[in-house]
Amino acid sequence: MANSKERLRRTMMFVPGNNPAMIKDAGIFGADSIMFDLEDAVSMAEKDAARYLVYEAITTIDYGTAELVVRINGLDTPYYQNDIKAMVKAGIDVIRLPKAETAEMIHELEALVAAAEVEFGREVGSTNLMAAIESAKGVVNANEIAAASPRMIGIALSAEDYTTDMKTHRYPDGQELLYARNVILHAARAAGIAAFDTVFTNMDDEAGFYRETELIHQLGFDGKSLVNPRQVAMVNKVYQPTEKEIRNAQQVILAIEQARIKGSGVISLNGQMVDRPVVLRAERVMRLAKANNLVDAEGEYIGK
Amino acid sequence: MENKVNRNIPDEILASYDYQPFTSTDIEGMPVERVLPTFKATTGSNKLVDSLADLVNKTVRDGMTISFHHHFREGDYVFNKVMRIIIDNGYQNLTLAPSSLTNVMNDIVVEAIEKGVVTNITSSGMRGTLGDAVSHGALANPVIFRSHGNRARAIETGAIKIDVAFLGVPNADEMGNANGMDGDSAFGSLGYALMDAQYAQTVVLITDTLKPYPNTPASIKQTQVDYVVKVDAVGDPEKIGSGATRFTKDPKELKIAEMVNNVITHSPYFKDGFSFQTGTGGAALAVTRFLRQAMLDNQIKASFALGGITKPTVDLLEEGLIGRLMDVQDFDKGAAESMHKNRNQQEIDASWYADAANKGAMVDKLDVVILSALEIDTKFNVNVMSGSDGVIRGAIGGHQDAATAKLTIISAPLVRGRIATVVRDVTTVVTPGESIDVLVTEVGIAINPLRQDLLAALSNVPGVPVFTIDELQQMAEKKVGTPKPLEFTDRVVALIEYRDGTIMDVIREVKD
Amino acid sequence: MEIKQTAMAGTLESSDIQIILRAGTNGYEFELESDVAKQFGDQIKATITNVLQAYAIENAQISVVDKGALDLVIKARALTAVQRALAIVDTPNWEVM
Repeated sequence: MANSKERLRRTMMFVPGNNPAMIKDAGIFGADSIMFDLEDAVSMAEKDAARYLVYEAITTIDYGTAELVVRINGLDTPYYQNDIKAMVKAGIDVIRLPKAETAEMIHELEALVAAAEVEFGREVGSTNLMAAIESAKGVVNANEIAAASPRMIGIALSAEDYTTDMKTHRYPDGQELLYARNVILHAARAAGIAAFDTVFTNMDDEAGFYRETELIHQLGFDGKSLVNPRQVAMVNKVYQPTEKEIRNAQQVILAIEQARIKGSGVISLNGQMVDRPVVLRAERVMRLAKANNLVDAEGEYIGK
Repeated sequence: MENKVNRNIPDEILASYDYQPFTSTDIEGMPVERVLPTFKATTGSNKLVDSLADLVNKTVRDGMTISFHHHFREGDYVFNKVMRIIIDNGYQNLTLAPSSLTNVMNDIVVEAIEKGVVTNITSSGMRGTLGDAVSHGALANPVIFRSHGNRARAIETGAIKIDVAFLGVPNADEMGNANGMDGDSAFGSLGYALMDAQYAQTVVLITDTLKPYPNTPASIKQTQVDYVVKVDAVGDPEKIGSGATRFTKDPKELKIAEMVNNVITHSPYFKDGFSFQTGTGGAALAVTRFLRQAMLDNQIKASFALGGITKPTVDLLEEGLIGRLMDVQDFDKGAAESMHKNRNQQEIDASWYADAANKGAMVDKLDVVILSALEIDTKFNVNVMSGSDGVIRGAIGGHQDAATAKLTIISAPLVRGRIATVVRDVTTVVTPGESIDVLVTEVGIAINPLRQDLLAALSNVPGVPVFTIDELQQMAEKKVGTPKPLEFTDRVVALIEYRDGTIMDVIREVKD
Repeated sequence: MEIKQTAMAGTLESSDIQIILRAGTNGYEFELESDVAKQFGDQIKATITNVLQAYAIENAQISVVDKGALDLVIKARALTAVQRALAIVDTPNWEVM
C-alpha cells in the first residue's frame, strides 16, 4: 500500500495479535487502517506466537485497501528487534512504536528497520513509521518526534498511560486531554503527517463516543484509534460530509476543471476567486464522500 | 432419476413412496383432496383420566402413527413421559410424527429406534445424537423431513394419518378447552398442535393446570379432544424460550444484519403496509432493531409480521410500527405473554401460516423474509439440514414455505470456522434456488440472476458491495481451502420433501 | 534436528489450533482431533509436516486439537511450536518463514 499524505485515516482498528478469529475477519469492517497489536494485547508468554500469527496473516490474507499497521513491543523489551524483523519481512505498511518520548527513539527504530529492509530484500524506505505519545515527556517532545524521519506518517495520542503519567485519569468531557491533543495535532500538522486520537473503550456509552469523536473531528484530527469494529461506522458517520458540503465541493472541482480547460491560472466560482485552502478542503470532502459511498463512480451524489 | 435441482433420486424411492420429483415452486392449481378423521361421537361431561399409562394402553396399538408438538422446545416433559410408557410397554413399529424433534427428545427416540418401537419418523428436523444415529443408518426406514407448511398439507391430505396425538398444554379444562398462553409453562401460540387437534383420530391433552370449565380463550376446543390427563408438570419454563433473546454484540453478525437491513430498505418492497418474517437468534433480532429505525426514519409501517414471533417484534407492534402479528409459534416468554394483552397478535395454525395445499396461506402475502443457511450453492439452493460432515443436524422449519416471499434473503457468514457456507453444490437441497433472491454475507451480497429487477435496485447501495454468487463461492474457497469430498454409502436414510409433497433430495448414510 | 523439549503453541479458542510437539523416534506420529477432520484432516497434517521438514526435524510426536483454524493459523502455530521445541525462540530461523 503506497503511502500517500492524502490518504484517509479516520479509523485505526486495534486487532489483538494472538487472536486468530479476530485477525481473519479484521478486513470486513471497512477500517481505513488495521493495527495488529503485538504489545499490550499479547501476554509475555505468547509474544513469539503473536508475531508469527500476524506475519502469516499479513502475507496471506487480502485486507483490501486498508493500511496495515503493527504495534510492536517497546525498545526496552526483548521482543523489539524480532518484532521489527518479522514485520519488515512480512512487508507491513507501517510500524507503530509505543511510548515514544524522543526523536532518538525514532532514529534507532529507523536504523533497525532499514537494516531489516536490506536483510530481507525489501526496498529501503518502504516501511513507514508512526509513534504513540503516551507520557508528558512525549507530549513535550512531540514536535521533534513528528519530524524525526521522512518515514513518519503519523503520531497518536495514547491517553491511558498519558493520564496516569499526568496524575489524573480520563473524564467524560476530555478536559484533561485538551493540551496533549492540541500539541500532538500541531506537531503532526507542522510535520505534514497524520494525527490520531486515543481509544474510547466503553462500548456501552455510545453518546460519549460520539461526543468525543465530534470533538476531535472539530479540532482537526485525521481520525481515531478504535478497540471495537462496531466503532468504525460510528466514526465514519461523524466524518461524513453533508450533502451541501458535497455539492459545494463538486462546484469547486468543476471550477478547477473549467479553469484548466481555459488555461487560466485563476479559479473562480460564482464570481469569487477560489483560493488554495478552499480547493484542498473540496478535495478532502470528495475523498470523504467517496469513502462513505455518498457519490458514485462518476462523482454523482447518491446519498438519500 | 434427476429432478429439477439435479439431485439423483433412486427409482426405488420414487416407486415405493409414489413420489413425483420436484419440478417447480409454482404450485398454483394443484388438486387437493382432504382426508378427515372418523371417530365415535362423545357426549359425556368429563374427559378427565387419572393415569397416563392406562390411557396409552387404551389408545395405542402396534404400527400406529403417534404425534406430538414441539412448542415446549428444550423444556418439553410430555414427549419423554409418553415415550417412556410406550417403550416400557413394548410397542413395535410405530411411526413418530411430531411437528419437530428437539434435543431433549433425542435420547429416548434413539432408545425407541434401537428397540424397534419406532421404525418410521417424519419431522421438520432433528439434531444431536438422534441426527447422528439416523445418519449412521439406525432407523429401519428413511426419515421424511417436511416443512411446517408441508406437514399441515400431509396431515390434511392423509399422507400423515395420525392415530393418536399426545398434545401437552399449559392449561385445559376437563372437556379439553385449552390454550398455550396461561400457566407456568405457557409458550404462546399452539400453531403446530392445532393441526393434530383437528385431524388426529384420537386427541389426548396432557396438562399440569386444570382450569374451571369453560376455559377461554380456547385454541384447542372440546369438540376435538377425546381425553384430558393431569400430570405434575408439562414443561420447564426456563428452557421453553429458545435461542438468543438479546441483541448480538458480535461485530460480524451486526455487519451482516446491517447489510440485510440495507437490502430490505433499498428494495421496492419497503413501503407502507409491507410485511415481513424474521427468525430467532441474535442476528435476526439485530435486523429487527435496524428495521425499526428505518421504519421510523422513513415513516413506514408494516401491515403484519409472520411466523415465529419474538419480544422485539412485539415491541414494534406496541410501538404501532406493525399492524398485526401472526404467530404460529412464540420464541420467548415476552412474545408468549403478550398474546393475551394484544388483540392484534393472532394465533395461526400451520396451515394458515404456510400450507401449499389450501386456498391461500399467509406466506403467499409475505413481502420480505430473512432466512438462514448451513450452506448455499452457486445455484442459490439452500441446505438447512445436513452439516459439513454430512450428518443430519437441522430442521426445515418454515424455510421452504417462507422462501416463497417476494424478497427472500439468506443471511449467512461466508465461512464458519474452516467450513465454507457458500459452496459449489450444497450437500442436501432443502429450499430450491428458484425461491432465493438475495444472499447477504459479511463481505457483500449476491443477487439471484432470475431477479434482474433487484440487481438494478440494489446495485448502487452505499455499503452494500454486490458480487456474483460464483465470486462469493471463490472467496470462501480461497479462505478455507478445498475440502475433501464427503463419503456416503448408497443407503438412503432420509428424504427431503418440497412443500407440495414432491421429492427434493435424499440424505444418504455417512461413511466413517 | 532433534526436539529438545516438549512444546505447545496455540489455544482451544474457535478458529485456533493447539499443537503439542514431543520428541519421537519413529518419523511423524500424528494424533488429530478436529470437527473438520473428514474434510481437512489431511491438509492440516500436510501443513504441519511442511513446517517440521523445513526445520529438518525427522522424528516427532504431534498432538493436534483443531478448532477450525485456517491454514495460515496452522502454519503460524506450527512455526511457534517448532521454535519453542528447538529452544530457538529468541533466534528464530528467518529463512523458514
